[in-house]
Amino acid sequence: MKRSELFSRILIVAGILLAVGAPLFLWTRTPLIHARMAEDGGWNPDVIRAEVGESLHLKITSDDVVHGFAVGQMDMQSVDILPGKVSDITLNFDRPGIYTFFCTRWCGLNHWRMRGTIEVSGSPSDPEPAAVPLYVSLDLDLDAPHEVPIIPSTQPSADNGQRLAVQLPFDFSADYYRSHSPYQAFNDLSATSLTESQRWDVVAYLWQTNTTSESLANGQKLYAQNCASCHGENGAGDGVFADDLAIAGESSMQTMEGAMDMMMQTPVDFTDPRRMLGAIPALLQGKILRGGMGTGMPMWGSIFTEEQIWDLIAYIYSFQFEYQN
Amino acid sequence: MAKIELTRSPLIKNALKSRYPQLAVFVVMLVGYIFAILAGLIGTPVGSHNFSIVFVWIAWWAILILVAVPFFGRGWCAVCPIPLPGEWLQRGAVLSPPDKRPKWLNLRVPKIFRNIWLQNISFLLLALFSSVLLTTPNITGIVLAAMLFAAIGLSTVFERRAFCRYLCPVGGFIGLYSQTAPIELRIKDKQVCVSCEGKPCYNGSQVGYGCPWDVFPGGLTKNTYCGLCMECIRTCPHDNIAVNLRPFSADLSKPSTRMDEAFKAFIMLGSAMIYAGVLLGPWGSLKDAAYNVGTSAWFIYAVIFLAIIFIILPGIFRLMIFPSPTGRDAALSLSKGAGVRAFASLSTALIPLGLMFWVAFSLSFVLTNASYILAALSDPLGLGWNLFGTANIAWQPMLTSILTPAQTLALVGGLIWSARTAQKAAGEVKVSPIPVIVYCFLTTSLMLWLLL
Repeated sequence: MKRSELFSRILIVAGILLAVGAPLFLWTRTPLIHARMAEDGGWNPDVIRAEVGESLHLKITSDDVVHGFAVGQMDMQSVDILPGKVSDITLNFDRPGIYTFFCTRWCGLNHWRMRGTIEVSGSPSDPEPAAVPLYVSLDLDLDAPHEVPIIPSTQPSADNGQRLAVQLPFDFSADYYRSHSPYQAFNDLSATSLTESQRWDVVAYLWQTNTTSESLANGQKLYAQNCASCHGENGAGDGVFADDLAIAGESSMQTMEGAMDMMMQTPVDFTDPRRMLGAIPALLQGKILRGGMGTGMPMWGSIFTEEQIWDLIAYIYSFQFEYQN
Repeated sequence: MAKIELTRSPLIKNALKSRYPQLAVFVVMLVGYIFAILAGLIGTPVGSHNFSIVFVWIAWWAILILVAVPFFGRGWCAVCPIPLPGEWLQRGAVLSPPDKRPKWLNLRVPKIFRNIWLQNISFLLLALFSSVLLTTPNITGIVLAAMLFAAIGLSTVFERRAFCRYLCPVGGFIGLYSQTAPIELRIKDKQVCVSCEGKPCYNGSQVGYGCPWDVFPGGLTKNTYCGLCMECIRTCPHDNIAVNLRPFSADLSKPSTRMDEAFKAFIMLGSAMIYAGVLLGPWGSLKDAAYNVGTSAWFIYAVIFLAIIFIILPGIFRLMIFPSPTGRDAALSLSKGAGVRAFASLSTALIPLGLMFWVAFSLSFVLTNASYILAALSDPLGLGWNLFGTANIAWQPMLTSILTPAQTLALVGGLIWSARTAQKAAGEVKVSPIPVIVYCFLTTSLMLWLLL
């Protein structure tokens, strides 16, 4: 074989090996977490392992639309995950446990199913025992109907309620607020000389005294990010996904493993006084923590802190009551 | 304008005769092609950030349709990497002279396939799936790999470059439009070829291979099937092959009478218009139908697509050029052979028009998406690399202010060019060019509406 022929063949083989080998080599050494809409698989991988005290460096890319990345119960800013781009994220854990990471962008109908876990091991090996949620202590049946027979004719005003409440020997404590529905409080005020409308105003004041403007603002932010897609920006159960969820019905519930025998319902209308005035805050806590079993409402217990949940509940009641600015 | 023989320049002639410059380009192209396949298969599925989509359907397409085809004809075929592995296998060598005995089956392509109907079909197959193909990297990777393996397979069964000549979906339209290019490979003196013994340019010799495109250079009158591989320059013992600079569309003064080429003109004209509507138009349901391959909406889209190309466009053309059964038109339309030849000849006028349709259409999406090229260059697989510091360049449409004028200029220029071609073609078949010019005017108006 001529030298030129040999040289040509070597050049061609080297070129092909370079074209195939180099990218394959670099590709295998660049581990990425891929984000896809839940219908197409969600996070991959969806289980990540980490050690206490060691920084966890993540490279995340989106394979379809814009997603967001955040870890539940951690004080971190959500990071946007853009299609075809790689976002670098560094996390540090000071306690072992199983953390949930989730999508923070309304990426698709099953956006809320985009979740994964970070299993953090290390010392202290015994995680702190979780506090028993109030709804469990109160032994509430989260799925029992709680509609009220009487609703106010106008939106109750906390401002009016405050003027009336100064003369009342009434329990305005957090314990009372969290364990009673507005309707129960309304009934507890029946021994007073107040009219029905005035009693609803006092209830509104009672609810307002158990929150702060900061809590409401935080609750509003959480609601806008996580709840409004289904429940609607104004709480009317008319979020951008509400109609699609209703149309998709049961089939949308079976796109993920283990989600069988579920029936899609219309997202709850938080502006409906008949339903909301019968809801105990602890009951809403349970629904948020656990999710609305069989309804499509996701569980948020592994994502929101207890404080965030109470802030969110306070904000949800603001659809019923007129608070002072 | 007279022809200028470029190969008179010793520099150009030596560069073309030597195999090494071409080999260097081949290796770079092949490496890039294989990398594009791999990028499609393992890179990010986001098309706008994947090398395979950005470099094949934006960068390569821009170079092909805006530069290579209009100015160099089959210039792309001269450096295309797809046939190379098959050809090297077929020859059993890269540079060395071929063995006397063929290494593989070396069959002649059956006569029934020795036309461009298969290329028309392969182009239409890709065109029907184009919404998915142009946006999905792994589909692009698979198609690129399939073309490479098809070329290898055909090289082991048939002689010469059967894939390029009869199957390549791109080669068909490049050949059609290469007739308009201002460059050609031709013989210098016909008598030299007539008296040449052994015809090494076609049959090969110890210094080179017989024409891979199955063309006898001595009979070349059009660019359509000459792949500009330059092999005949190397094998001609009489230095009788020249590469010339010539006026644009020189080949169109000799209209083709072949129906496969005529329908290629309709396919390209219709595809450009349909693409303009589907890919650039505001009709979401049309995009959905084109994208959702396999659905009933897609089947309806496919049927309409094929009907426009095979029935509506040629049907209207046929009705316009033979409108009434009287006079000479009637004689032509009633005489099947003459009618077919007239139809094919007059459709030559659609070649410059189709090319300009594609130029105008391509300008739109190339200028819109060109900024992805630099980003994909730095991060070709979407793995977060930044090889050249350009990975984070934001998407930004380019030269938007000149887009509309440039498209209008291309379309109006194409119309004028076609009208001139129609006059020549009509003169050949002795009919009026007016119906063809009106047809070109109507399609250009439609394209202007679709694009602007």
